[in-house]
Amino acid sequence: MNRTQAFVLGLRSVMPLLLGVAPFGVIYGVVALQSGIPPLAAMAMSSIVFAGSAQFLLAQLVGAGAPLLLTAGAVGLVNLRHALYSASVAPLLAHLPRCWKILLAYLLTDEAYAAAIPHLLGRSDARSSAAHWILFGSGFGLWAGWQVSTLAGVLAGTQLPENLGLDFALPLTFIAIVVPMIETRALFAAAVAAGGVAVALAALPYKVGLFIAALAGLAVGAGLTGRAK
Amino acid sequence: MNLWWLMLVCGAITFAIRYSFIAAEGHYRPPTWFRLLLPFVPIAALTAIVAPELLLVRGEIVLGGGNHRLWAGLVAILAAALWRNTLLTIGCGFLALFVLQRI
Repeated sequence: MNRTQAFVLGLRSVMPLLLGVAPFGVIYGVVALQSGIPPLAAMAMSSIVFAGSAQFLLAQLVGAGAPLLLTAGAVGLVNLRHALYSASVAPLLAHLPRCWKILLAYLLTDEAYAAAIPHLLGRSDARSSAAHWILFGSGFGLWAGWQVSTLAGVLAGTQLPENLGLDFALPLTFIAIVVPMIETRALFAAAVAAGGVAVALAALPYKVGLFIAALAGLAVGAGLTGRAK
Repeated sequence: MNLWWLMLVCGAITFAIRYSFIAAEGHYRPPTWFRLLLPFVPIAALTAIVAPELLLVRGEIVLGGGNHRLWAGLVAILAAALWRNTLLTIGCGFLALFVLQRI
């Protein structure tokens, strides 16, 4: 697989997720303006922070006049699960120059990771030579979609778009990605544990429940693998 | 408080989290159990995002027919298991949601 093919594969894989991300981008733009953030800063935040749920939180906390330390801490907690994605792709990117690592780390979101990962783990040829181009394709696609939808929200100003239910495309695409990956009992157990804990801890603030749930899934999965060996 | 400084700090924190293990790779020796965890990251992290979306309605677990997203999600899970095709899965999920909302 050459660079262009890998880039296009990543770009194509993230497209269904854009369907679900775009409404969030528009709503973020509107919410940011309502919180008193100037249009230019609201746009810039989508490039500087580039993290959907963290940006929502940031807009709300700025609107509420929360202190800097609390806001920064909350944003860190919300994004904590991205460390897991970092650990997951790190071995595939080890050989790359630092500028590539920085670029791909900047673009490493839930959606970009989810879209790319089946292709990174599946084929050995992609893994060795073109993994970074697949990740760049999905990361760039999501980045561009997020910027455009944020701009739409900022331009729309005070009017929230009608809820068409398009956000359902996000869980549906994640289902399409996860279900075919469940090939062993340990993987199935990891999914059940992560899903169960996420539901049980959904009320915890700053999406901490998601992070703990993912850790629970890892522990259960690895525990079963370790015992089988 | 300067909004731009706050954005830069939050951007730096977000980037640092995403860069952490990518930057450290090759510079540390993780314990063996750490490598055992990694194959489970996609499934654990993504299922953790999906499960509350399907099972919770305004923070409460709803298993009945009123929770359209749960049943549409189950249709999508079935479609994904049968055909392993992303667009087909999304299509089946949305179709099921559309039908359920109109029954």
